[in-house]
Amino acid sequence: MGIAAVMPYIGSVAGLQRKARLMLGHHSRLLFAAGLLGAALAVNAAPAATAEAYDPWAGLVQDIFKNRPINDGSDVIAIEMPYRAEDAAIVPVTLRTKLSPDDSRRVLTITLVIDQNPAPMAAKFELGPDARVSEISTRVRVNNYTDVHAVAELSDGKLYMSKTYVKASGGCSAPAAKNAEEAKARLGQMRYRQFAKPGQGPVSGAREAQIMIGHPNNSGLQMDQITQLYTPAFFVNELHLWQDDKLVLAMEGGISISEDPNIRFTYVSNGAKRFRAEARDTDGHLFQHEWKIDDSGT
Amino acid sequence: MAHGVSIFALLVVLGTSSLSQAQPIDLPVREVAPGIFVHVGETALMTRENDGAIANVGFVIGENAVAVIDTGGSVREGRQLLAAIRARTDKPIQYVINTHGHPDHVFGNAAFIADGTVFVGHKNLPAALATRGPFYLDAFRRIMGEALIGEVRIVPPTLLVGGSVEIDLGSRTLTLKAWPTAHSDNDITVLDNATKTLFAGDLVFLTHTPVLDGSIRGWLTAIETLGTLPAQRVVPGHGAVSEWPAALADERRYLETLASDVRAFVARGAPISVAANAAATPERSRWQLFDDYNARNATTAFSEIEWE
Repeated sequence: MGIAAVMPYIGSVAGLQRKARLMLGHHSRLLFAAGLLGAALAVNAAPAATAEAYDPWAGLVQDIFKNRPINDGSDVIAIEMPYRAEDAAIVPVTLRTKLSPDDSRRVLTITLVIDQNPAPMAAKFELGPDARVSEISTRVRVNNYTDVHAVAELSDGKLYMSKTYVKASGGCSAPAAKNAEEAKARLGQMRYRQFAKPGQGPVSGAREAQIMIGHPNNSGLQMDQITQLYTPAFFVNELHLWQDDKLVLAMEGGISISEDPNIRFTYVSNGAKRFRAEARDTDGHLFQHEWKIDDSGT
Repeated sequence: MAHGVSIFALLVVLGTSSLSQAQPIDLPVREVAPGIFVHVGETALMTRENDGAIANVGFVIGENAVAVIDTGGSVREGRQLLAAIRARTDKPIQYVINTHGHPDHVFGNAAFIADGTVFVGHKNLPAALATRGPFYLDAFRRIMGEALIGEVRIVPPTLLVGGSVEIDLGSRTLTLKAWPTAHSDNDITVLDNATKTLFAGDLVFLTHTPVLDGSIRGWLTAIETLGTLPAQRVVPGHGAVSEWPAALADERRYLETLASDVRAFVARGAPISVAANAAATPERSRWQLFDDYNARNATTAFSEIEWE
């Protein structure tokens, strides 16, 4: 049904393929192409062995990193994921910087790439200049057996990469909404939470916090059976977090980030009294909220 | 003559799978109540070897017509179910009811596509199939192979159940009820009013670790309502046909344990990955396939409970 209807598009989207796959940026034309492509890929993947043998990384380096040289990042950045995706829609991932305190270099950005996903560029994190963010955890969708790359850009202007491998989940788990009505009802809600970091009191200023944003983060890859049109993608594409007016962390996000985007991170307090979050989605909604820095809440 | 021999040899080499495709054998079924036949699936993951036949499937024969309840994990299983029906009655199959959209329950649908056969499902089922169908086909092609999955068709229901619907098979009515999000967001149950037999789909698991793909709080709420249904026996989605409502006890205990463990992890600020590995572990010895599903259930439950 739906699949047969998509077949004719495969040829026509092929040229757009790499660009459209990357992330589903701000342009609706790309979104649409990527929507078509997602379904087309599902068809293309028919001979499973071929799909798995194909390593998209070289093409992704070209498209995401403009073919800049990428250095071994084992001393710079760690990426942790479970070996098997249990719930395909909610796969935890932790990124950890490994630079020693006396290293003069600083991590500027970390890009998370899930190679075999329909939109491989899951997120790009920008680390606030003075926030000393050392760990970021979030949750992503994983469609297939895949390499997952973390690429850190350092203040020396170079890129450093670490990677891990995740097996797709089995059974009826799917990288899709479980409770679409509830996801809609939560749209725009924000929660902030401070965690006590064991062994690190307020003296060191080290903190761990979490931001949750209620949002369906729809992939837009599903076709309406009656209209044969694709549901438009609808996701959080920008998130900024500040302590007072200093940036702690920013995220440019795509559809590989799970429903209800959830970011947990460590940083060092600058003595600020307020914590502030601002998120934007692809429909132009702006969600913003601020909290007293020590008050977890909604 | 030599030709004939080599063709025969080829058939032997191709093996039983091709033969069973040509002439479907009957799926073994048991008459659990008058006119109600059930095949109890193997407690296992869907594989190439088991044809995906892991869920319970069944059919109800009325005076005028037949209703099929779930069609199995492959078209091959669906054809075998059809053969089992045809070995017992030549009445038309008027309804194919999908209790929800998971592959082990709907991948046999294509075997039943025919004029006059109405596919029935939850009002949310078409959306679930649209979102997940292509992904399921792709994932299970990897696991089970093209021979089994290539012929699977995603068949959206045309008779949608929102609240409660009665269908008449001739001197026999089935009450179909749509549930709020529980095991999934598209669960329906089927109650045969004549024999008080409840087809619960995956709202009820026995032996097979329950699988959470909807809402843990919704499921626990649904269990309370389910227990009040006037049934004498249940055909669960997985596990043996059992007495009602006693059959709910194991599942309720598991889900309550999972919810309270996850709630404690959320309260103390543990990361989701920690909860995934540690929640509900005392339940391990009481279920099959625990390590295949418990961490997933805990992950799913965590992402819901952290919003409480």
